[in-house]
Amino acid sequence: MARMPTAPEPGPAGASTVGREPTVWVVIPLFNEATVVGRVIEELLTTFQHVVCVDDGSTDGSAEVAEAAGARVIRHPYNLGQGAALQTGISYAREQPGAEYIITFDADGQHRLVDAQAMVALARAEKAAIVFGSRFLDDRTKPGALKRLVLKTAVLVTNLTTGLTLTDAHNGLRVIRTDAARAVNLKQDRMAHATEIVLQLGRTRLPYREFPVEVLYTDYSRAKGQSLLNSINILVDLVIN
Amino acid sequence: MWFQLLLVLALVAIAAYLLRSTPNAKHLAIRRLVVFLGLAAGIVVVVAPGVLTSMARAVGIGRGADLLFYTAIVAGLVYVVNEYKRSVQLARANTQLARELALTEARLQDRIAELERKEPS
Repeated sequence: MARMPTAPEPGPAGASTVGREPTVWVVIPLFNEATVVGRVIEELLTTFQHVVCVDDGSTDGSAEVAEAAGARVIRHPYNLGQGAALQTGISYAREQPGAEYIITFDADGQHRLVDAQAMVALARAEKAAIVFGSRFLDDRTKPGALKRLVLKTAVLVTNLTTGLTLTDAHNGLRVIRTDAARAVNLKQDRMAHATEIVLQLGRTRLPYREFPVEVLYTDYSRAKGQSLLNSINILVDLVIN
Repeated sequence: MWFQLLLVLALVAIAAYLLRSTPNAKHLAIRRLVVFLGLAAGIVVVVAPGVLTSMARAVGIGRGADLLFYTAIVAGLVYVVNEYKRSVQLARANTQLARELALTEARLQDRIAELERKEPS
């Protein structure tokens, strides 16, 4: 094998491991985000010891960038989809000794570190097994009118099918305690996993909270964002067995 | 023309099949039975074309060719749905296989790193 195993304790050269969260694993599905993912990982590593990137067959060198930034990189042999990458990351993280919480985080820099930190603190303080990030608990996040409509429809569908009452669906920022994470077995390889994960977490009947987060819609993330037509794909994927 | 009712029912059944059921051994047996029945019916119709016309008349369609056409459309749809479901199943199996490969590689790397930490060479 050409690739050498990564260093046992991931971290940028010279970074101190003192004071970083040792029991939280950050899981980042990664597909062609080479321009931004390095910064995202470096920022996360200032607070969390373990950042796992699942490279989903990127062709732009994202995996190398992530590795250089200090993440533990797991490579899919070829592109399988974001849901598949998320599941691989969760499967890996939940079997790590000492893992207490798993954070799911997007690679494109639209989530904020402070929100992730606060969500872990909330999970600990209120003994919640799951904390969902929500864009709609306050008015900091400014999606366009059309995007808002699509997202709100997704929320409605999710709440109807899962029995939970959430204000946001399809938000990539979540904190999942490892016992809840064991119930996650995503079969939706593509975007419909965001509804599926809520469904599977809801079935655990474990206590959950929502936390107001800000999603940074940069020009970059807007350009990569989901198209409206894609929501039709999500619906079809969800209803067909 | 109660063949219309039959056609609509068949299409609704296909839609339900697409949305609801997951493949199992019973379905496989039914599919194989239908294939054999279809072949047998084909032979009968080829040998005695009059049968098709009288069957069509019986369900309220004028010509046997029309009945054949409708049946072929329904059969084609069933085939498409079956293949679609099969490809979804295969894609899921494929994902699991790829995931196991990725995770096994990761576990191996972790194990090697752990051993190297214990015994620096």
